[in-house]
Amino acid sequence: MNHHLLSLAIWVPIFGALLVFIVGSERPAAARWLALGVALAGFVVTLPLYLGFDAKEAGMQFIEQMPWIRLFRAQYLLGVDGISMLFVLLNSFITVLVVLAGWEVIEDKVAQYMGAFLIMSGLMNGIFSALDGLLFYMFFEASLIPMYLIIGVWGGPNRVYAALKFFLYTLFGSLLMLVAFVYLFLHSGSFSILEWQQLPLDQTAQTLIFLAFLVSFAVKVPMWPVHTWLPDAHVEAPTGGSVVLAAIALKLGAYGFIRFSLPIVPDAAHDLAPFMITLSLIAVIYIGFVALVQADMKKLVAYSSISHMGFVTLGFFIFNQIGVEGALVQMISHGFVSAAMFLCIGVMYDRLHSRQIADYGGVVNTMPKFATLFVLFAMANSGLPATSGFVGEFMVVLGAVKFNFWIGFAAATTLILGAAYTLWMVKRVVFGAVTNPKVAALTDINKREFLVLGVLAASVLAMGLYPFPFTEVMHASVDNLLKHVATSKLM
Amino acid sequence: MDMKTTYLLIPLAPLFGAIVAGLFGKTIGRAGAHWITILGVATSFVLSVFVYQDVEAGHTWNGTVYTWLQSSGLKMEVGFLIDQLTVMMMLVVTFVSLMVHIYTVGYMAADPGYQRFFSYISLFTFSMLMLVMSNNFVQLFFGWEAVGLVSYLLIGFWYTRPTAIYANLKAFLVNRVGDFGFLLGIGLIAAYAESLDYATVFAHKDQLAATSIELFNGTPWSLVTVICICLFIGAMGKSAQVPLHVWLPDSMEGPTPISALIHAATMVTAGIFMVTRMSPLFELSDAALSFVLVIGSITALFMGFLGIIQNDIKRVVAYSTLSQLGYMTVALGASAYSVAVFHLMTHAFFKALLFLGAGSVIIGCHHNQDIRYMGGLWKHMRITWITSLIGSLALIGLPFFSGFYSKDSIIEAVALSHLPGSGFAYFAVVAGVFVTAFYSFRMYFLVFHGKERYDQLPHEEHGHDDHHGGGTPHESPWVVWLPLVLLAIPSVLIGYMTIEPMLHGDWFGASIVIDATRHASLEEMTREFHGPFEMALHGLAALPFFLAMAGVALAWFLYLKRPDIPAIIKQRFAPIYTLLDNKYYFDKFNEVYFAGGARLLGRGLWKGGDQALIDGAVNGSAQLVGLVAAGARLLQRGHIYQYAASMLVGVLVLMWLLLNRA
Repeated sequence: MNHHLLSLAIWVPIFGALLVFIVGSERPAAARWLALGVALAGFVVTLPLYLGFDAKEAGMQFIEQMPWIRLFRAQYLLGVDGISMLFVLLNSFITVLVVLAGWEVIEDKVAQYMGAFLIMSGLMNGIFSALDGLLFYMFFEASLIPMYLIIGVWGGPNRVYAALKFFLYTLFGSLLMLVAFVYLFLHSGSFSILEWQQLPLDQTAQTLIFLAFLVSFAVKVPMWPVHTWLPDAHVEAPTGGSVVLAAIALKLGAYGFIRFSLPIVPDAAHDLAPFMITLSLIAVIYIGFVALVQADMKKLVAYSSISHMGFVTLGFFIFNQIGVEGALVQMISHGFVSAAMFLCIGVMYDRLHSRQIADYGGVVNTMPKFATLFVLFAMANSGLPATSGFVGEFMVVLGAVKFNFWIGFAAATTLILGAAYTLWMVKRVVFGAVTNPKVAALTDINKREFLVLGVLAASVLAMGLYPFPFTEVMHASVDNLLKHVATSKLM
Repeated sequence: MDMKTTYLLIPLAPLFGAIVAGLFGKTIGRAGAHWITILGVATSFVLSVFVYQDVEAGHTWNGTVYTWLQSSGLKMEVGFLIDQLTVMMMLVVTFVSLMVHIYTVGYMAADPGYQRFFSYISLFTFSMLMLVMSNNFVQLFFGWEAVGLVSYLLIGFWYTRPTAIYANLKAFLVNRVGDFGFLLGIGLIAAYAESLDYATVFAHKDQLAATSIELFNGTPWSLVTVICICLFIGAMGKSAQVPLHVWLPDSMEGPTPISALIHAATMVTAGIFMVTRMSPLFELSDAALSFVLVIGSITALFMGFLGIIQNDIKRVVAYSTLSQLGYMTVALGASAYSVAVFHLMTHAFFKALLFLGAGSVIIGCHHNQDIRYMGGLWKHMRITWITSLIGSLALIGLPFFSGFYSKDSIIEAVALSHLPGSGFAYFAVVAGVFVTAFYSFRMYFLVFHGKERYDQLPHEEHGHDDHHGGGTPHESPWVVWLPLVLLAIPSVLIGYMTIEPMLHGDWFGASIVIDATRHASLEEMTREFHGPFEMALHGLAALPFFLAMAGVALAWFLYLKRPDIPAIIKQRFAPIYTLLDNKYYFDKFNEVYFAGGARLLGRGLWKGGDQALIDGAVNGSAQLVGLVAAGARLLQRGHIYQYAASMLVGVLVLMWLLLNRA
């Protein structure tokens, strides 16, 4: 059984989705319950990955290996290490919440909506566990389709433009990645990522491959200046789409850096680190200022996501353990916090059909339970200690100060900027007297919404108070990675 | 019960109360909420007394509760350091908190947010205890930010008021500016000492002192100086030192009990506590100490001036708090850490007393806070009157009162300091005595003596709550005055009782480190100290006493004897008045340049950078693709001859390339 856990994590949601299509296309209620069952099953099968994980082992675990396309020597090769394992869990966990969040909000094409998210979930588990380049590429590209449909079908008024922008932006990026993969295949005779990591490469090749990866992954993260698709995509996406986009899809790019760029072309990664650090800091600071002046809550949180992801790429490219682990922690935390922020905006949007900050004010008067949770998540977004948002930022800042005081200085400005844009929004949305009669008519969150947000609140607090179990599983793999990256691969 | 369990129970008891009152407030009702939180804090207080006795018996403790995180050899733990400094803070925090809890029963009796309020103040007590009991920087930072969070929630407690939610955002952000420095300081410590545990860091202090870092090309800085200044920037935020003081006066938007607990007695003194805790590091850097000294003296004097012109009873006390925090900071700069903490303690009692007294006055005056419309209250509120007088006398440092011992010790310590800036600091703290006495008694006379003016309150000016002003003032219920009495006792006695062991004995033991060869102020003071009674007698013939009396006399003359004069002075010295009335324009400057500048920059980057440049390029390249595609379409119209021609061209180009390579 243990040998097929990753396959289960990938295919249970995907085949489950097919079942949802068949059974639920005429019966929305059945579709919902079935989707919930599938999502839960998909989450449950990932739990043994954590429980059975050997934290001392630096290499891949739960490996599955089968020949796939003999012509290219491509394999169906799966496995996770301390870097990727937690993302499989996070993804499957978020999927359950997304199904719940769309419960009665989505009335149109319920089965297709639920199915799209389940397929997305399976594909993303595939991305995080694929150890074969071609397999990875297949999952990576395939995951664009459900997201494209989610935005294009259930999205807002400008959804077609946003979906296309999202699709083209990311497709363009990944084509260059394919070129790099083909090059690596031609030189190593294999599509195995692990073999690529051992492949010696000269300086020029490394730089070119790094840049090809960079374009592909930077778009996904997204890094400045290829980030402008994200706010548009978020604004048009339905709540669930935004949640998956922010919580999981953005992690794919960062994951790409740490799985491909760093270990496969370590010398180029070192050479170009100053460039990457600069881009990351621009994301943190520049985007922080841009977030400050947003009038649309979703755009604000979208920009906040970009700024937080800047911490992730910063952590990777300062090449010390606390920085890299902090970046990984930040990725997981951002999964919880950004999901929660978008769900909160969704809760308000479902009632008032507006995302404009100016349409709100005094929400706490009519929705006290909601306001409590929203303020908690806002605090997590501002990196308050005892919430998950603090842990990663703190570790990356410590790593950055160690690397160079001024880089740490620039990164630490997020303490002020993050609090400024998040809490200023909270002030204008949650606090104050009720001036808009529509706000006066708001009803507090129902049991389902409370459940979804409550589970996230518990996660945010648990990770903030006791991050030890999260980082414990990373050490061996990160340590191994950094040792590997420190060794030159030049021929 | 072993000691570790006791230590754990002390912060957890109020946390438990906070959670129950916060989450199940409706179920347990109002009485349930105040009982469970009061019991929680009372438990903490009683256990703290127990721990105090244990520490007195020589049992300090430094241990781990659990490992929070571990990465690259850096172990971050939750743990406690129980020594003299900690236990003193624990006693102050839990005692004042208990008083405030009891007081709140009366003060907030009519408020719909009753349970929420109790939940917050208990949560605050938990956070503050975690801060003072910590044995490492991570937990210190946790407590530091957690008290900031509760302060944010409590300043904005009445969240429908625009001023309250403005003030709480401002408080949080200004504190974050301080925390920014604080975090960098912690980062440097982690980077160079490779530990965040106090004991380990202090063990490496010589190594830190020997290191220099190059922040700018070519100029090496002493690492310890940079670390200390970074940490102190954190303290400047939390303990409201110029120029990060701007949030504290606005924080008066919160209900009065928290002004007493958080914004006077405990949270704002966290910075003072922190620097004292870090004394082994600060002792290594004269530059950092000088910086501390100068910032402290500017705060002590200039914030005092602002207290003179305030008309809101709480704001007078708030500026007085700023000024007193400046005094404590000055003591830190003079390496008289124990004196700073001693003043922290006496100040906690008398300032909490003054704030709670102000709150009692506010209730008595039907929620009017403007001292111009009070007067003659002594007749109506006997207990509030006497206790407030005691508080004021302690504040101005009348000999034998607790404030005398601490403030006079600060002045002496500064007089004996030789650091750059100590001359100015001495002037500031001595002149500050006069200013303190003047604004304190201006308020005291306007509130409790003179003509009764509470019926002249204009209608649009009445206080903060829904209640109407007017009507005869009345004494507050016992839950309100009992804490006043219980705080008045230490306000008088604690200085006399504790100065000898705390300053001149070895009570603090190893918890405070002073390099007496370089910073000998305290040592010299001890040599000249002959007991608290003699010190007070001597104080009666010293300059600060005369200055204080002059301040009181001037207040009496201007506000009781000749109340027509202040208006004339105000007119005659209009420019100075305007400067003070605008609080030296700090708020306006921040509003325009920092807040406005950030918004302007944000808008510029968004519209100019994101939309015009980046999206412009993206859309432009989309158009370019369109153009290229249109061009390509011309080549694919299905004419065989075109295809043949292009194939020929292609073959020729390839051949040329191959030939050239060979």
